[in-house]
Amino acid sequence: MARILEIEEIAPSFKSYIIHDPVIARRHRAGQFVMVLLHEHSERIPLTIADSDAVRGTIRLIVQEVGKTTMEMGTLQPGDSIQVVGPLGKPTHVENFGTCVCIGGGAGIAPLLPIALALDDAGNHVVSILGGRTQELVILRREMEEVSDEIYYTTDDGSFGTKGLVTHALDRYIEDNGQPQLVIAIGPAVMMRAVAEQTRPLGIRTLVSLNTIMIDGTGMCGGCRVRINGENRFVCVDGPEFDAHAVDFDRMMQRQRIYLEQEEVARRRYLESHNCRAVAGGG
Amino acid sequence: MGRELTKKERLEIPRNAMPAQDPAERVCNFDEVALGYTEEMAVGEAERCLECKKPKCVDSCPVGIDIPAFVHAVTDGRFAEALAIIKADNTLPAICGRVCPQEDQCEKTCVTGNKGDPVAIGRLERFVADREREGGEVKMPVCKEPSGFKVGVIGSGPAGLACAAALAIEGHDVTVFEALHKPGGVLIYGIPEFRLPKAIVRDEIRSLTKMGVEFKCNFVVGSTATIEELMGEWGYDSLFIGTGAGLPYFMGIAGENMIGVCSANEFLTRVNLMRGFDFPKYDTPVAIGRRVAVVGAGNVAMDCCRTALRLGCEKVICLYRRTRGEAPARLEELEHAEEEGVDFRWLTAPVEVLGNDDGVVTGVRVQKMKLGEPDLSGRPRPVPIEGSEYEVELDSIIVGIGQGANPLLTQATEGLDVDKRGRIMTQEITQMTSIPGVFAGGDIVTGAATVILAMGAGKLAARSIDCYLRGVPMVPEMDGVDEGTEVGAPPASDPEPRTQNNVH
Repeated sequence: MARILEIEEIAPSFKSYIIHDPVIARRHRAGQFVMVLLHEHSERIPLTIADSDAVRGTIRLIVQEVGKTTMEMGTLQPGDSIQVVGPLGKPTHVENFGTCVCIGGGAGIAPLLPIALALDDAGNHVVSILGGRTQELVILRREMEEVSDEIYYTTDDGSFGTKGLVTHALDRYIEDNGQPQLVIAIGPAVMMRAVAEQTRPLGIRTLVSLNTIMIDGTGMCGGCRVRINGENRFVCVDGPEFDAHAVDFDRMMQRQRIYLEQEEVARRRYLESHNCRAVAGGG
Repeated sequence: MGRELTKKERLEIPRNAMPAQDPAERVCNFDEVALGYTEEMAVGEAERCLECKKPKCVDSCPVGIDIPAFVHAVTDGRFAEALAIIKADNTLPAICGRVCPQEDQCEKTCVTGNKGDPVAIGRLERFVADREREGGEVKMPVCKEPSGFKVGVIGSGPAGLACAAALAIEGHDVTVFEALHKPGGVLIYGIPEFRLPKAIVRDEIRSLTKMGVEFKCNFVVGSTATIEELMGEWGYDSLFIGTGAGLPYFMGIAGENMIGVCSANEFLTRVNLMRGFDFPKYDTPVAIGRRVAVVGAGNVAMDCCRTALRLGCEKVICLYRRTRGEAPARLEELEHAEEEGVDFRWLTAPVEVLGNDDGVVTGVRVQKMKLGEPDLSGRPRPVPIEGSEYEVELDSIIVGIGQGANPLLTQATEGLDVDKRGRIMTQEITQMTSIPGVFAGGDIVTGAATVILAMGAGKLAARSIDCYLRGVPMVPEMDGVDEGTEVGAPPASDPEPRTQNNVH
């Protein structure tokens, strides 16, 4: 069991958890994730490690509360313990590529942070493009600014940065500065697909980090399989990063929706029981 | 007992049927199907044993249990002694009595079986093990004085548990590393409750804990720590790798990534480990719809068919490209599946998964097969029959055609030799890998096989590890074993490709 040391709400429905697990903290490399189990009745969920501190023996997870498990995780308190296993997945291959554009959308900014940090450490010129629906959903701005040489923001509603999508910002960047050596895009599947389609004709090397349904996270169930260049690959052990131009995003997006109905049942049930208890407690 | 029975009288006793839950009733629950012998049945069954002078059953037992001796003890009602005889060679009798393919092992060569049915050795093994468990007082093996050596066992499935037990008895300090959050490996995530109650596995693990074995769950060797680190800074003197065959094979046909196609591993893990059958009380969902096809006819496939029925599926179809005679499942599993209403389509192979525009499975196109010449596995090769294709309407497809070696640990371990299928190569007999002090056994070495073979390998490896630690030759010279088995010699590989499906 790993103890939660700190919990902080960093944006509406986004929480940051500092978890004590010295073994994972020491081994963690950018791009890797952990599987988390809250309790006996919980499901196992993959969460990317946003940061680690080997000296303090902690990892940082940033979780957007979208379903039952992540909402339930949000009710935990510092001092509570959860089961964590990892670090899993292949680390990001980092070297001095030259100019790297790091594109993060919504919750995807969290896994992007350690990669941008590693690229910065390796001497790259790091250009970050971060997007969200509104200003407050563009998370980790301070941390990303620290590791970026240039940073651009986009929001759907224009409340912050440029109104529009991250792809527009990428277009503008390339127009003004020429082609980068590497693009890394992490965010919703539609966003990653759009970036892939944008860089494909330009021949820009592009990586994406995929977030698929997993149970064990060690290559045993095959639930996370995606088509990469027409061949099955497991996101948990072969990924989570892949060449964006080789990914079959359409099938992947279908597969992400496998349990949509059940997820909604669980979410609604959880909210109802939660509200009931709150009412009962208040009454 | 009274007077000694004659051989003729023994042969005249019919084999005692296994009491079982009624098929119509049991498909609505997850309780164990086979209920076990009563004392009277067990004694009566044991009396059928001819107590051969040169018992062939012992030779066919992968761990060489003294079967006639334990069966004889049962005839006399000396059940505790019978169990002690089994436990001398097999630390997990309650499990093996339930999941061993006896008809291919001890019962296959049983002389009583030459003219009639063989002695039900597996059921007797289960009986004596259960009797002790139910009596509440499980006799613990006596462990030797602490040796001062620290051994890590990677994987808590059958190979790992058997190895850990044998090492603990020798007085070593044993830690078992498990990647999942519960120990037991395939006994927990794979084999369903109705075939192997989880309480039995938990009891076995508790016994090991009492013997001083420590279980570290949520620890993926290769990711959380490497073999090199365990042997270095973590201070392990030796390691045993028993990580099993945990990489599901898919069919390689069109449409197999549609919504509704999953591996047997995924389906069984959702149900057994994550308790998905009790969604939404448990958070992990299972959604297979009402009409399901299971591809394959090994034990894993049978487990899937029967689990699907228990989840309330109206129609469960089993697709297998050979005939019932070649099906790798235990006979009892096939019979139980038939009784429960699984629709077996022998000589039928899926050729394409059919789906709608949203990528949701709507059916499968299958092709009829006929048997041809034997292939490398010795079984007749299935040959497609032209123009025999037809479509079956389905909500989901579960792929149970076997597992390969999981590459997570082997890829993360420098200097660990594997064959071209990713299986760890070991020296014959000693089971040492290409890394000194690191041993391996079970499915990660042989490819998907059985619980008992994995246990046998775990136990034998423990003997080598014990010798290795104490600095005595791992292979006694008097055994007349030639070179290639000494410490440091190149590991032997298995050149014969195995094509047999999942048969644990």
